[in-house]
Amino acid sequence: MNTNTKSGPLSARARDVVVAAGRGFVLALVSLPGAVLGFTLALVSIALVPVGIGLVTTPWVLGRVRAFADWRRRVAAEWCGVVIPSAYQPVPEGRPWTRTYTLLRDPAVWRDLRWLQVDMTAGYVTAVLPVALFLYPLEGIAVAAGLWRPLSQWGGYWYGFVHVTDQSSAFGAGALALLLLTLTPLAPRMVTAHFRLTRSVLGASQRELAERVRVLTETRRDAVDSSAAELRRIERDLHDGAQARLVAMGMDLGTIETLLDKDPAKAKQLLAQARQSSVDALAELRELVRGIHPPVLAERGLGDAVRALALRLPVPTEVNVELGGRAEAPVEAAAYFAVSEVLTNAVKHSGADRIWVDLHHEDERLRVTVTDNGKGGAVIGAGSGLAGVERRLGTFDGVLAVSSPAGGPTMVTMEIPCALS
Amino acid sequence: MRVVLAEDLFLLRDGLVRLLEAHDFEIAAAVESGPELTRALAELEPDVAVVDVRLPPTHTDEGLQCAFQARRSRPGLPVLVLSQHVEQLYARELLADGSGGVGYLLKDRVFDAEQFVDAVRRVAAGGTAMDPQVIQQLLSRRAADDRPLARLTPRELEVLELMAQGRSNAAIAGQLVVTERAIAKHTSNIFAKLDLEVSDDDNRRVLAVLAYLDQGR
Repeated sequence: MNTNTKSGPLSARARDVVVAAGRGFVLALVSLPGAVLGFTLALVSIALVPVGIGLVTTPWVLGRVRAFADWRRRVAAEWCGVVIPSAYQPVPEGRPWTRTYTLLRDPAVWRDLRWLQVDMTAGYVTAVLPVALFLYPLEGIAVAAGLWRPLSQWGGYWYGFVHVTDQSSAFGAGALALLLLTLTPLAPRMVTAHFRLTRSVLGASQRELAERVRVLTETRRDAVDSSAAELRRIERDLHDGAQARLVAMGMDLGTIETLLDKDPAKAKQLLAQARQSSVDALAELRELVRGIHPPVLAERGLGDAVRALALRLPVPTEVNVELGGRAEAPVEAAAYFAVSEVLTNAVKHSGADRIWVDLHHEDERLRVTVTDNGKGGAVIGAGSGLAGVERRLGTFDGVLAVSSPAGGPTMVTMEIPCALS
Repeated sequence: MRVVLAEDLFLLRDGLVRLLEAHDFEIAAAVESGPELTRALAELEPDVAVVDVRLPPTHTDEGLQCAFQARRSRPGLPVLVLSQHVEQLYARELLADGSGGVGYLLKDRVFDAEQFVDAVRRVAAGGTAMDPQVIQQLLSRRAADDRPLARLTPRELEVLELMAQGRSNAAIAGQLVVTERAIAKHTSNIFAKLDLEVSDDDNRRVLAVLAYLDQGR
């Protein structure tokens, strides 16, 4: 029927309006106090940085502000499909000063603070509008229907520009309400407008996204380069090692076959030689496998692989593992080889007689620290093993920090964002 | 002597079966996965189990875990663990319960049939068979900062190494081509220098040496 086909979209639109009004209400309720509180606290906290207190409070406050912004990003995507890109720089673990410094250098953090000011003004208005577009016409109709009586009790009541004093002026208000009702379907668009506004202030700029693309391109090239180099090394090792030994073994066996009757003593000697070749080939393959993917890592995961590694070191090494599960295989391997390289460095150059390794996972990050009591002075310079570790971790958006004052101790911290299963 | 064998690669399993049968072992079962191994160890009560560390279905250290589990429900069940690689970590775990009857060897050791079969027999009798590589790693780590170890003569170090592998005095004498009495003298010297309690029981002696080498780590 005609009425039915019309009522479908109509009721759907009415529902959209109600939903939009509800969302606007939530946004208005949250944005004004949230933005005012966040902005004030951030301002006070940053102002207190020179006195020292700010160093401790700033990372916390900015963390909350970021969570507030991330919530807005989430609802923007869920409710209106508006994607607001974010490009925060990773915050290193460590002294409050370095964390505060890194945060205050991050343009994304300053953008958060700019956005809070917009959110408490224009953002608030765009959030309230859909609520008003829904409620105000309803109020006008109610006024015309008789609500004018109690409302205009004390000398009249204004509905828009209509001064309501009696039934006829109330009808005027009703007419205005009906006129406004035609604007009500705009409510969902107003919510979208709110998020667009948010995006224009909060979204990462083209420049930052370009920077992110640059970093990704670089780390990807590094990953491809290093895996190609790795494959070349494996190929060469197999070619010159195990493969050559098997060829020699095959030749020895052939000779043995002919010697078996003529010169049994010589044959026996060659047999021993062939067996030694097979033992050597296996030993070489074992070392090669250890360099590709250590067997303990496959069998037991990162924690025990690092423990097994520590047991092979000439320096007493204490390993402390707090992992609630296993990370993905590529992350595990990257972390393992990074730890291995850092440990090798410590053994070779630090002169330490004790090393401590700590592995744990929190805030969706795998954090590894390697500390030694050696003479310090380690740097992430060109050509040093640590630069290689940094590149390796970069593929996984991991970071490396070195604290190594002259005289020691040296502490190397590595972080890789990842989930455990 | 009844053996349960667990090895997932057909060629190796087949080879081991033939090798052990040729040396008068009875193969109670030759299985290829962890769950099968657990069942065989519980039901067949073998004299010794020869187990590959890595087994299906998980292809992790399933064989090792099955062995630990079986030894928990039947303490002292002799288990010889084979692997493509040896790790001190695993050796330490195998020795942890201190009850002996454990072996841990590289698969390559099978090449020397006599020595391998000797190791299986030793483990079955409650003794120990540690891979030379494990012992060498232990020794090289200890040698760096261990004074008592530095007091041993090169010959005594050789004897210590073979002893730690789980060999008897007779076997060590055979390998070094000296008399058993000479070896007995070396051992008592070693025990005196390392300040270990002397024991007539071969097995206790081996465990004491291994514990000494592995201490403090």
